[in-house]
Amino acid sequence: MSINITEDLQGTYKERLIWRKRVGQIFHIFLLFSILVGLFMLTVMLVDIAFNGGSWLRPELLTNYPSRKPEQSGMKSAIVGSLIVIGMTGLFSFPVGVGAAIYLEEYAPKNHLTNFINLNINNLSGVPSIVYGMLGLVVFGRMFGVFSADNFISRWLSGFADLNPTGGFVLNLFGLDFLQIHLPFGRSMVAGALTMSLLIMPVVIIAAREAIRAVPPSIREAGYALGTTKWYAISTLTIPIAMPGILTGMILSLSRAFGETAPLIIMGAFTYVPFLPESVFDHFTVIPIQIYNWITLPQENYRVHLAAASIIVMLLILFLMNGVAIYLRNKFEVKW
Amino acid sequence: MRTLTHVTQKKQRNFSLFNSAEILGKKEKIIAILLFGCGVFTILVTIGIIVSLFSETISFFQRPEVNLWAFLTGTTWRPLAATVVPENFGIRPLIRGTLLVAGISALIAIPLGLGSAIFLSEYASSKLRNVIKPLLEILAGVPTVVFGYFALSFITPILKKLLEESLGIDVNFFNAFSAAVVVGIMIIPIVASISEDAMRAVPRSLREGAYALGATKFEVSTRVVVPSALSGIIASFIIGLSRAIGETMAVTIAAGATPRMTWNPLESVQTMTSFIVQVSFGDAPSGSINGQSIFAVGATLFIMTFLMNLVSDLIVKRYREAYS
Repeated sequence: MSINITEDLQGTYKERLIWRKRVGQIFHIFLLFSILVGLFMLTVMLVDIAFNGGSWLRPELLTNYPSRKPEQSGMKSAIVGSLIVIGMTGLFSFPVGVGAAIYLEEYAPKNHLTNFINLNINNLSGVPSIVYGMLGLVVFGRMFGVFSADNFISRWLSGFADLNPTGGFVLNLFGLDFLQIHLPFGRSMVAGALTMSLLIMPVVIIAAREAIRAVPPSIREAGYALGTTKWYAISTLTIPIAMPGILTGMILSLSRAFGETAPLIIMGAFTYVPFLPESVFDHFTVIPIQIYNWITLPQENYRVHLAAASIIVMLLILFLMNGVAIYLRNKFEVKW
Repeated sequence: MRTLTHVTQKKQRNFSLFNSAEILGKKEKIIAILLFGCGVFTILVTIGIIVSLFSETISFFQRPEVNLWAFLTGTTWRPLAATVVPENFGIRPLIRGTLLVAGISALIAIPLGLGSAIFLSEYASSKLRNVIKPLLEILAGVPTVVFGYFALSFITPILKKLLEESLGIDVNFFNAFSAAVVVGIMIIPIVASISEDAMRAVPRSLREGAYALGATKFEVSTRVVVPSALSGIIASFIIGLSRAIGETMAVTIAAGATPRMTWNPLESVQTMTSFIVQVSFGDAPSGSINGQSIFAVGATLFIMTFLMNLVSDLIVKRYREAYS
């Protein structure tokens, strides 16, 4: 009797084992499917874009301004605008982002303020980019309207600043054209770059913190053992060692800013810019906005072909930026 | 060594920028204060977002033509209509459009993202993982305007062919479904990478214990690893959904600009984000009712995503299994 039960159990166990293994196989197939969907879609997307835009990839695309004729349209002003805005974004966000990262990693005490800063950075990284555009519009673009209304700041400024024909003031402190400052920043490249710096700030801080954390404490301790001060140890030991990691994170964040469209549209970037900017207070457009503009036009040559060709250009620049980041990481990263 | 432990103890016990054993001298103190300023700057950004969004929103609601109750409950969104009455400023069609797109994209991205995460964390060899992870990162790095282009040039024509020509179901050229598909693809990498991190944090011993009891790989993955990493996985779902809600360009390009109370994904809808882009693109002057309405919509969007991010933070904090 007892032997029978064991045999029964053995039988059910074996049957169940076969079934369990089959479920496992089906699950494995589902997993393969789910990972392949994303990769498949990426491939299809790239092939679709190459197919639609490949033959429109001409030198005119890089050397011409946007035009009424799709065959002669280019995105020279958009490429220049993108590069200048991204460059300025890097200049603005690097010192503040890295400074915040150094503070949080090296200086910050364990208290409520530090916890709040950390929570806040996490939350900022989840704020939709379009909201940053609205922030930039109010803070940098209009400066809360303090220069537009007939209030005391405007009256005070009108004493020694020129009125800007498009609203606001032009301050020209040293009589040099490229040093003049427009207030408020309006729909200019400075305002766009400042907006973008705020947008990528959380990412820059998180990446820089990781790079700084990767430097082993023994390095710092060696510095302290030689009697250096805190900042001397950080600036001569920690930061140089962490720099490749910080730069990699910086370039990756900038490549995110490079592809961002929404904040600059809200901020007021233009779509039709048939000139190159002369100062950072000029109107501008960027590559993704130019692409968006072409996508929304009714003619198929713009909507399908020219848009695809310009997407190829944008993706190539992005791959280049990422390639530099990966090169930096592989070449200079120190493994401990 | 004694001074070192002294220094670290001091840091943990009581730290002050002005009165510390490590920071001596004027220059050191100025640098410390500057770095502290950089850290505090991030709080100023949040304050800036709140002030700029809500100051304009408040002046929007102070107008006689709108009121808050009609804004929150109204089912018609016609800000450009000739007659400006409160009934034309009901945000629910925009919220409906947003939820429709975000909901469908979550239905796509959550199973596929979780599947990818389980595959990468449990099934893939480290060689395969090193190939697939960068590819997913490329997918995550593609600008959203490209996804919008892809929706219009590829997904919508396929939908039209499949549904309209063979089944006779009307498909609008701009429809919520193709926008949702590309948004879903876009957030797969986000869901996958956050869930995968959570799963990889589950200690090996838990898996080995289950294997020792005779569990199959499927059982170990679904009954040990996934439940242990559940807080991180749910956080990844919420973060993915909040990205989908805040997603702008793909939705603006592919979903159209018709605010509509509908659950039919084949119609053209308008989301909160695409309304904001539409008005900004049309160059609404500051201080006009349209220029202010985008801030009311933006504030709604900000509150929604902020609450979701907060909930995901709380879930991670509250239910994190501490493995040490």
